[in-house]
Amino acid sequence: MSFISLLWVLLLGSLLGLELIGKVPPTLHTPLMSGANAISGITMLAALTLIVKAEGNVPLLIIGSVSLGFALFNVVGGFFVTDRMLAMFSRKPSNKK
Amino acid sequence: MNLPVIIKFVIDLLAVLLLALGIKGLSKVKSARDANRLAAFAMSLSVVGLLSYYLGTSGIAIQSWIWIIIGSIIGSLFGAILAKKVPMTSMPETVALFNGCGGMSSLLVALGVAIFPISNSLENLDFFKSLINEVSISVSIFVGAITFTGSIVAMAKLQGWLSTPGWTQSKVRHFVNIVFAVASLIAFFDLINGNTSSIWLLVIVSSLLGIGVTLPIGGADMPVVISLLNSYSGIAAAAAGFVVDSQLLIVAGAMVGAAGLILTQVMCKGMNRSLVSVLFGGSLSAQSTSSSGSGEYTNITSCSVEECALTLEAANKVIIVPGYGLAVAQAQHTLREVTKKLEQNGIEVVYAIHPVAGRMPGHMNVLLAEADVPYEQLKEMDVVNPDFPATDVVLVLGANDVVNPQAKNDSSSPLYGMPVLDVQEARTVFVIKRGMSAGYSGIKNDLFDLPNTSMVFGDAKKVLNDLIGELKDLGVGEK
Repeated sequence: MSFISLLWVLLLGSLLGLELIGKVPPTLHTPLMSGANAISGITMLAALTLIVKAEGNVPLLIIGSVSLGFALFNVVGGFFVTDRMLAMFSRKPSNKK
Repeated sequence: MNLPVIIKFVIDLLAVLLLALGIKGLSKVKSARDANRLAAFAMSLSVVGLLSYYLGTSGIAIQSWIWIIIGSIIGSLFGAILAKKVPMTSMPETVALFNGCGGMSSLLVALGVAIFPISNSLENLDFFKSLINEVSISVSIFVGAITFTGSIVAMAKLQGWLSTPGWTQSKVRHFVNIVFAVASLIAFFDLINGNTSSIWLLVIVSSLLGIGVTLPIGGADMPVVISLLNSYSGIAAAAAGFVVDSQLLIVAGAMVGAAGLILTQVMCKGMNRSLVSVLFGGSLSAQSTSSSGSGEYTNITSCSVEECALTLEAANKVIIVPGYGLAVAQAQHTLREVTKKLEQNGIEVVYAIHPVAGRMPGHMNVLLAEADVPYEQLKEMDVVNPDFPATDVVLVLGANDVVNPQAKNDSSSPLYGMPVLDVQEARTVFVIKRGMSAGYSGIKNDLFDLPNTSMVFGDAKKVLNDLIGELKDLGVGEK
């Protein structure tokens, strides 16, 4: 991937993010924040790449592994906690809009 | 293009699509839960895509597998346990903690790549390519460190482990932070110039900057800060995406970064604060000491639970204003019992939810939903405000600043301009509170001095329990 096309990816990704969140009811601010937060743990992919490419370099393996741990803590915890919050809403008859 | 490349491309594309749909769905009540699961699925899909790509091309060494498994098990386990155990009241802190760890992860990746340059299988690094590599490493470290220390400070402050030190409220803090910022910039450019040793300087000063910027911010503004830091962790992820050459990471990071910014903006609007004043204004309480905010109460009426029960029994329409005090006392279930009794007596009960009630937007809705309060009874501020004049009794439970009439009447008040609930318009207002202490802003509440306001002192849960007893004696809610 050339740098320029990566920049395009960055630009389009940002625009998509701006577009996605239009009107959010205040009720959902906390869950939305927490869900988006879980997604930001996508750095786990970078940590995985690091570990795979470490080629037996033990310090690098350890850094990658710790990084992966932090990222997954964010991802797994984030999604679970969001689900816990949202589970409380879905029990309700929320037929109004 | 060989097969593994094509497979990874398709999977990545699908993952991005699902993540976007997930974020979109999270902004609607109906679809939110499924959307969250969809996003989680997309994330696991992306891992499968990455691993299958490496299996199909370079292969993955046994040693790498071991470290992958160790890291994932420990991280996931702790994350899952914390997510299951943490009480709903500590949600803001928890999100901050998770967020900080995401930032830490990006920081570590960049650090790892900087110290041990990985054999880049793509091509030999030419000058341009290596410049980009260094810039993205620096950005990733800088933003990652700020996200980490900032989030940890935010969490510690919300937990009450850290208070706001006095010096951070003086002008000194701007000077200190400017020094940190300039030092980060120097380290940043030094690193790009190829001086690898300045990487540690960058780590240290950007960490300090994260602390220095977050520490002066008052608790009332913390949700905005957490949301902003959440946006940062997206940016850090995107920067890490440049470091390891992953489009998926860049897209997902950019989406979260941009969405986080919008959410931050929405929250600021709800509190009538600008982002600039949140970040550089310091905490509200510090400003109030120099303005007219403080002062003595002159006309406090205190009353017993019994009187409160009698008034409630005679009411037709009751509005409940829940606040953080209710959350701290874990009294949402007890409150629900009280309102159930009132409803059985034909009294109309509505909950007025201020946009930032409970320290984090939507936090109070989550807590009340936990106590089985019907979704339709939760009214947003703009909807409920016109109803106050026609209301007999307002019960303020552990809320303070959000019902302070100063925000409307006193232009010298630091709260001035913040949207508040017009509870003073109601016939009678009961404020259930532990003592006369000020709210989060540290400002005197003029509501308590009004003739139609009565204070019921005590812990929210205990008062509500007593109230249930009194209502029972009055025969309210008995069929």
